[in-house]
Amino acid sequence: MKIPTNFLHNKGNIAPMIALAIALIALPFALALVGTAWVRITNFAVLFVLLSLGLNIVVGFAGLLDLGYIAFFAVGAYTYGLLASPHLGVHLPFWIILPIGALVACIAGAVLGAPTLKLRGDYLAIVTLGFGEIVRIFMNNMAAPINITNGPKGIAQIDSFQIGPIDFGKVDTLGGLIVSGPIKYYYFLMLALMVVVIINGRLKDSRIGRAWVAIREDEVAAKATGINTRNIKLLAFAMGASFGGLSGGMFAAIQGFVSPESFILNESIMVLAMVVMGGMGNIWGVIAGAVLLSFVPEILRYTVEPVQMAIFGKMWIDPEVLRMLIFGLALVLTMRFRPAGIWPESRHRREMTAAAK
Amino acid sequence: MDIFLQQIINGLTTGSVYAVVALGYTMVYGVIQLINFAHGEVVMIGAMVAFTVITSLAGGALPAPVILLTAVVAAIPVCMTIGYLLERIAYRPLRHAPRLAPLITAIGMSIILAHLALMVWGRNPKAFPQIIANPVFNIGEASISSVQISIILLSFTMMAGLSWFVYRTRFGIAMRATAEDVRIAGLMGVNADKVIAATFVIGAALGAVAGVMYGSYYGIIHYTMGFTLGLKAFSAAVLGGIGNLAGAMLGGLLLGLVEAMGSGYIGEITDLCQWSLTSSMLVEQCKDGGNFVLFGSNYQDVFAFLMLILVLVFRPSGLLGERVSERA
Repeated sequence: MKIPTNFLHNKGNIAPMIALAIALIALPFALALVGTAWVRITNFAVLFVLLSLGLNIVVGFAGLLDLGYIAFFAVGAYTYGLLASPHLGVHLPFWIILPIGALVACIAGAVLGAPTLKLRGDYLAIVTLGFGEIVRIFMNNMAAPINITNGPKGIAQIDSFQIGPIDFGKVDTLGGLIVSGPIKYYYFLMLALMVVVIINGRLKDSRIGRAWVAIREDEVAAKATGINTRNIKLLAFAMGASFGGLSGGMFAAIQGFVSPESFILNESIMVLAMVVMGGMGNIWGVIAGAVLLSFVPEILRYTVEPVQMAIFGKMWIDPEVLRMLIFGLALVLTMRFRPAGIWPESRHRREMTAAAK
Repeated sequence: MDIFLQQIINGLTTGSVYAVVALGYTMVYGVIQLINFAHGEVVMIGAMVAFTVITSLAGGALPAPVILLTAVVAAIPVCMTIGYLLERIAYRPLRHAPRLAPLITAIGMSIILAHLALMVWGRNPKAFPQIIANPVFNIGEASISSVQISIILLSFTMMAGLSWFVYRTRFGIAMRATAEDVRIAGLMGVNADKVIAATFVIGAALGAVAGVMYGSYYGIIHYTMGFTLGLKAFSAAVLGGIGNLAGAMLGGLLLGLVEAMGSGYIGEITDLCQWSLTSSMLVEQCKDGGNFVLFGSNYQDVFAFLMLILVLVFRPSGLLGERVSERA
């Protein structure tokens, strides 16, 4: 097999890539002119891109439905919160905690996946659904008798990232440019995104990636060709979980605060909708889906509220409700009419449409 | 008060509600080998419809039992319609698609249903009105209310009726044939589309009744209740052996008992001051009859999940399981 030297498969024509890179580098400063809030919103969008890329490994590559993915995000976020806040009085640097968070999430994923992955896929779906809820119950209740998670109040004053003299929580000026905290996080997230995209791209074309596709398409046949299906599925699940844990750590630092409320079922559904709508298995499709759906709440905030207030004089539909309805519809309609997503991977499209006939 | 006996009574009551919901899961799973993710939401909507009917009729001329009956009769067709739509929108078009596809549409439908209910009935929990007098009988030092008795009796009646339907009628034979093999059943003259739709509709009708049971017993309903209830009922169905009607009933009752016993005693068992080994380490907390409870009854919802995991590890086909769960 020819190993692609450039995972973008975009040799020769690098001008658009350079233009995109420049645009992405300049983006936060342009957004900062409109308002720092927009930089923050963009950061969360990138965070959701990271999260959906992690879920994409599980749902897209290996075809396993994980409905409690946000739990791994929560595990990462709480790990960060506990190890870098006055709550327990521990203040470790971020480059130690992020891998710890990923590892803890990975272990949680393996422990959860081991009993369920040898069974059929729908069991995994329901067990992960339950796991998401259990994690939230524990976060909510582990305030007594020993206060570990601080219950529903959550953990506050979480340390921001710090690289040498640069504190991500403070504003710096660099040759006249005002570099605020969110802008620094933006660059960090972009860096993380690049790494994750490269890892994902390489994974997909690797031996493991092809084994995932084989399992997704026909598990029995995959087993017959000598793939250890249980271990390979477990690997997908644990790997997806560790990406979730990693993103969770970054979320905790950026937000500076974690509470069980951020990790409800609806968030899992949102990430799932991003992956499904974008195109399961296709990295670029998933990124597109995540960016698109991340901005839905903001778009709704600026459209639905004023429009309703203007027409009815009061709020009929809460934007939050509308957001969830849109995600639900996105799941149903995408599966129904464009099962491989808005930007499908060619192999996946064949698979999904051939079977639907 | 006799806590042990009381928790058994409470456990049997919640278990009966779980069992009726589990019947819906197990029927659908038996026929198409897919989880109906939105079943919990159907139950929730059943409870909500009944709530609306009761609150609008209460205080009128009608006697209370008639109002309750009207509520049930109103909730059933609404839920049946939703069950039918669910099958038509989320499952039928994707019957030959990869297994992932109908699971995703079903979860989408369940989100849509929950948030439609939120739009119609609002964000706040609703107090389900108790319109019928609820006399309490004493058994030894424990007590059982007439609502509890009715729930237990009703669930057994429904289970018996369903068994009769599935094992003694022509339509039941068609259903079991479809469960065995959709294509071969079709060759034998069974209209598989009709059978599968009917399975969803019957499950939804049971769900409507379960919703009213839940409302009358707990007295509080909420648009998110379908999620936890569905999860527990599914665990019950797996525990009993998914695809098996008697299994769903057994699983539901067992889960109810485990939950009641668990939440009743977990606080005592995990009170470290009780155990001489640990209480010597916790002198500070344990003096003057203090306690150091690791897990209180607020962990009640964890039991169903733990049970689900244990069953999947040790006996994936469930207690009365008939089919191997690894059929691809």
